[in-house]
Amino acid sequence: MEASAARAPHVRPREAARAGGRASTAISVGIISTFLTVVVVLPIAALVWESHKSGADAFWQAVSNPLAVSALKLTFGAAFIVVLINIVFGTVTAWVLVRDDFPGRSIVNAVIDLPFALPTIVAGLTLLALYGPRSPIGIDVAYTRTAIVLALCFVTLPFVVRTVQPVLLELDTEMEEAARSLGARQTTVFRRIVLPNLLPGILSGAVLALARALGEIGSLVLIAGNIPGHTQVVSVYVLNQIESGDPSGAAAVAVVLLGASFVLLLAVGALRFFVTRYERG
Amino acid sequence: MRRLLLLALLVPVACAVVGAAQAHQAGTTVNLVAYSTPKPVMQKLISRFGYTSAGNGVSFSQSYGPSGSQARAIAAGQPASIAFLSTGLDIDTIADAGLVGKNWNKAPYSGIAADSVVAFVVRPGNPKHIHGWNDLVKSGVQVVTPNPFSSGSAKWNVLAAYGAARKSGMSDHQAVQFVTKLFKHVVSQDTSGSNAANTFFSGKGDVLITYESEAYSAFAAGKQGKLIVPKPTMLIELPMVALKDAPSAAKAFIAYAHAPKQQAIFAANGYRPVVKSVLKRPNLASWAKKYKTGPTFNIRDRLFGGWLKANRVWFDQNTGRMVGIERVVGG
Repeated sequence: MEASAARAPHVRPREAARAGGRASTAISVGIISTFLTVVVVLPIAALVWESHKSGADAFWQAVSNPLAVSALKLTFGAAFIVVLINIVFGTVTAWVLVRDDFPGRSIVNAVIDLPFALPTIVAGLTLLALYGPRSPIGIDVAYTRTAIVLALCFVTLPFVVRTVQPVLLELDTEMEEAARSLGARQTTVFRRIVLPNLLPGILSGAVLALARALGEIGSLVLIAGNIPGHTQVVSVYVLNQIESGDPSGAAAVAVVLLGASFVLLLAVGALRFFVTRYERG
Repeated sequence: MRRLLLLALLVPVACAVVGAAQAHQAGTTVNLVAYSTPKPVMQKLISRFGYTSAGNGVSFSQSYGPSGSQARAIAAGQPASIAFLSTGLDIDTIADAGLVGKNWNKAPYSGIAADSVVAFVVRPGNPKHIHGWNDLVKSGVQVVTPNPFSSGSAKWNVLAAYGAARKSGMSDHQAVQFVTKLFKHVVSQDTSGSNAANTFFSGKGDVLITYESEAYSAFAAGKQGKLIVPKPTMLIELPMVALKDAPSAAKAFIAYAHAPKQQAIFAANGYRPVVKSVLKRPNLASWAKKYKTGPTFNIRDRLFGGWLKANRVWFDQNTGRMVGIERVVGG
């Protein structure tokens, strides 16, 4: 934002305003950094501190435990699958909600957000009743890795839909019509016109869904089965360590999860920067 | 407008907080922090306590939750006068924080309010013919028990399986092999006893390993199943202790809970009373019969050497036997 303002030559009014409001800028920066320190930086610093409290050897022992490693692998694997599913179905759902007119559209639109409103443990209980051993529709996937993906899809559904939807609403259909009038086929229009416009929104949603899927616990504890090495996700593994009085070990595994997530989020951020470069010229 | 709205929201909240604070100043408040299942029994005891001279004017705040979490919350500063938890180990957590005397088990009845035993719940009619520990490792039998690293009740289950194996004549090595084999039959290692019960009663598995008292409370709530008490099995002792800075009413309540009438209430709700004589009461005859199940062993048995030792040997995060077993099962 600042970089683009500085680069553009005709932004005098804004610069003037900024000079006049320097004091207020300082205050707002101060408020924001205090807020971020209290709610984000300090807790994460405390987590890292806790993870190293028992020394580097203990840290390594905690994170190299084969069950911790398999929990991390399972969690990242499931999160990736869930993000891919979300990218496809979230985008399609947003498309249908914006572009197609059908009876009950506003109801479907409202239903999308329900997974957010439901306490996740209730979501787990509901999925267990529906897709568990006593399934009324004959689908039993409970206590398998499929159940983990299913539960994560449920709790992350709204992210991609809600980040793509506003972009689609803003998207001018004239561009698509122009392309079509020049003889482009529907697939070409989607690939060359629609998708590039949607990509930043899709990636934003994917990032949110990924972060949520990596840290999810509530909807999984009942339906996953939590067998170490098979269906135990990292959040449940960490919970077990806390419950058995090993907060340092729990923090160590959490730090690895956090570090890997951070790298992933940076990578997606870079990708997003890459796909939006034409917007900035 | 928005500011008005905020004010409209804040004023009632502030009033409620102040009101609640004032209400509590009126008399003595005892904060009961307990594990989840005894809630119905505790509510009966508390309402009866109010009619006694010691309990007159005493108000109770009650918190129920997973035993381990409750212990950690108290150690971290949650106000508590009485802790009623599902293992002595959780009381030791509070004692380590200096809030309960290290010799809490020197109190009357060793600080124990009621007993239970490790038991099995099987499907109605017992289709897999499960009667004892060895039946759990028959081929095709699916077992549900919580994860011993997150659930205190699962620790009882693991130690009970090991103890029963030793009592049947197995060597230490053979008994550990037996527990390993048992965990290969476990189809869901839930995070808590109540989650494990949820898993079992929603249709998964053939056997749920649980407390006898938990099974009775599930049956009372309408759940379907058959209780099997294996021979031998482990005695579970449920400690109820007053914290160091608790008001005198807290100690009075614990003494009250040990009085025969209240022990009879425990007995009629699926808990084995620590005052055994109450089982001679004619109205408890059917329960007395249910509690005659066969030999038990407890945590002070030389196989375990008390909670602290058993916890170190079995459930230490790095060197515990259970870590090795989980690795064999998960690998």
